[in-house]
Amino acid sequence: MLTQYLGVAVLFLFSVLTAIPLGHYIARVFGNQRTWTDFLAPLERLLYRLSGIDPTRQMNWKQHLQALLTINLVWFVYAFVLLFTQGALPLNPDGNASQSADLAWNTAISFLVNCNIQHYSGESGATYLTQMAVLMFLQFVTAATGIAALAVVFEALRQRTTEQLGNFWFFFVRSITRLLLPLCLLVASVLVFSGTPNTLQGKAEFVSLEGDTVQVSRGPVAAFVAIKELGTNGGGFMGANGAHPLENPTYFTNLVETWAHLIIPFAVVFALGYYLQRRRLAWMIFGTMTAGFLMLLAPTLYFETHGSPTLSSLGVDQALGALEGKEMRIGAVGSAFWGITSTIISVGSVNSMHDSWMPISGAMAQLGMMINAFYGGCGVGVLNFLVYLIIAVFIAGLMVGRTPEFLGKKVEASEVKIAIIIALLHPLLILAGTALATYGYNHDPEGLSGWLANPGAHGFSEMLYEYTSASANNGSGFEGLGDNTPWWNVSIGFVLILARFLPIIGPVAIAGLLARKKLVPESAGTLRTDTGTFAVMILAVIWIIAALAFFPALTLGPLAEHFSL
Amino acid sequence: MKLLRQSLMLTLLLIVLCSVIYPLIILGIGRLAPGAGEGQTLTRNGRVVGYARIGQRFQRPEYFNSRPSAVDYNAAGSGGSNKAPSNPEYQALVKARLDTFLLHNPEVKASEVPAELLTASGSGLDPDLSPQGALVQVARIARRRGVDASRLRELVRQQTEGPLLGCLGPARVNVLQLNLALDELAPRPH
Repeated sequence: MLTQYLGVAVLFLFSVLTAIPLGHYIARVFGNQRTWTDFLAPLERLLYRLSGIDPTRQMNWKQHLQALLTINLVWFVYAFVLLFTQGALPLNPDGNASQSADLAWNTAISFLVNCNIQHYSGESGATYLTQMAVLMFLQFVTAATGIAALAVVFEALRQRTTEQLGNFWFFFVRSITRLLLPLCLLVASVLVFSGTPNTLQGKAEFVSLEGDTVQVSRGPVAAFVAIKELGTNGGGFMGANGAHPLENPTYFTNLVETWAHLIIPFAVVFALGYYLQRRRLAWMIFGTMTAGFLMLLAPTLYFETHGSPTLSSLGVDQALGALEGKEMRIGAVGSAFWGITSTIISVGSVNSMHDSWMPISGAMAQLGMMINAFYGGCGVGVLNFLVYLIIAVFIAGLMVGRTPEFLGKKVEASEVKIAIIIALLHPLLILAGTALATYGYNHDPEGLSGWLANPGAHGFSEMLYEYTSASANNGSGFEGLGDNTPWWNVSIGFVLILARFLPIIGPVAIAGLLARKKLVPESAGTLRTDTGTFAVMILAVIWIIAALAFFPALTLGPLAEHFSL
Repeated sequence: MKLLRQSLMLTLLLIVLCSVIYPLIILGIGRLAPGAGEGQTLTRNGRVVGYARIGQRFQRPEYFNSRPSAVDYNAAGSGGSNKAPSNPEYQALVKARLDTFLLHNPEVKASEVPAELLTASGSGLDPDLSPQGALVQVARIARRRGVDASRLRELVRQQTEGPLLGCLGPARVNVLQLNLALDELAPRPH
């Protein structure tokens, strides 16, 4: 077990150490400073010219959002049409069928919003064409959307008074050409050399040693998995996601893939520090996020490595921890670490089945998504954190009797209103969705018996987890939930859209409003936001919002299950 | 309207870049990788007997058995059981697996049986066991194949892949490779 702990400790340190220079690089890329990737400029110029885009045209925050929402609408229509007709389209060597209308609606939205909840299994529910041209494409562009939105906020928080916040297409295209594509080429190459297939051949067949004829699903897996993790998307090529031995063949690839989903969320925090020349503020944010992360990780590690009470009662050897739904090459520690990072970061890929986790571990994964701001997804994590930060600035300002200010700008009623609405939207979507589903289930438990794989409190957790994952745009699941039905496909689709775009619109609007205000010079009376005290303040705000809103639901689900064991 | 035209065109170009050029580059790089990017196979007497990374069903007593699987080692799909520890059906299932194991391995006490032999993996295709998961089956296989148990324990040791760089992650044994080596060491009884 010691070597398992050592593995994740080394991984975490390595991720932080690589995120710092990457953050510096990201700040230079968005600041249009010289970088070693400038040789890509002709490619970018070609993209701009053919699309009729002038990347130097300055936009205000509303124009940014118009561009963002328009291109997202194009992607949705495109994705829906292809998924709905994939069975009749080429590049389908396994002869998989088209998705039903409600499933295509759910899948298109789910990948459009960087969530990647999957109500289908990749082996049979998608074709090589849709895996590459729809799902993988959306994994690139939606991650870039989040990063571009964050770049707009960076630009707005630079201390000056302006409406001009850079060009959306510039930020968006550079997120792909300068950040996602180079990193993907690196990670996919490592994966393909470590045993992950990348082929356009259909299923293979062999006869096993015991004489069974076995078919093996394959495909362009390595390319897909790289952007799945790096873009904090999480939708697997295979049904079992990162637990599948072709997606994640060795302990080494497990480290690489975990690094891949950590690196951009880590790096953008440091990028903020470099971009605004506020490195202390970046460390304050990173420290707060890490403290919150460790608070969720510690109980999970404890429960996953101490084995399942179900097996303890049989008196068997549980030296390696609870192993239902886990892979031996990864182990309990690597599974718990991935599971918690993947839920706080809105990746939602899994390398073990969360439905079979111990109840408290499952609660930690859900709490991570309920807070959704410890590191968080590509770009959007820092946006979510900003919402909590604005609320903390406001409350702290009131407590000490000073005008709330952030980065030299007064935080006033409209910014705080937007922040509160965004902070409360998340519990509303999760709890209202779960309440409706629970109501429905209790009125027809016979007819809806296919919904839940487990009875009692855990069955409730399966529904709660699904809405939490959707509203956090996470995409992991308690996969025992029978979710490919019109109710789940449609209702989750609506939750996904609201929970993606409002939390992007809100922070961009806040930043846009702040940017045009007068700059107030810092003085002895300014509330400092880059101190340990303020970090504690933000954590307290986060815990109060999350605990007050979600504690009752968590009590009915995982806590009740824990105490029943 | 201009925004829509720009969006459409940029989308088209990025599909070419991200969904055609990028995977083709990886396809090319994969050609140079072991298994040419199509998955690494294991062969015996020139016949493919499996994929190195894909677990297969081993349930005969003369082989090292692999873990329980929620998809019965059908690699055209994948998945876990998704059973919760509080589920009474699951509790009964695990108990039954233990009873069956003890019946086939009378030399073994319940406290020596590692949990992985009673639990389904996440993918249903787990190719590995822990070293203990293989060692606990040695007495049975030695009996069935009429070979010395110490030679089998040595075989498991040889086939054990230690932690990465000697210090990171768990140790494990690939069941298919172990069973191929087992057939070499002591031919299967007929």
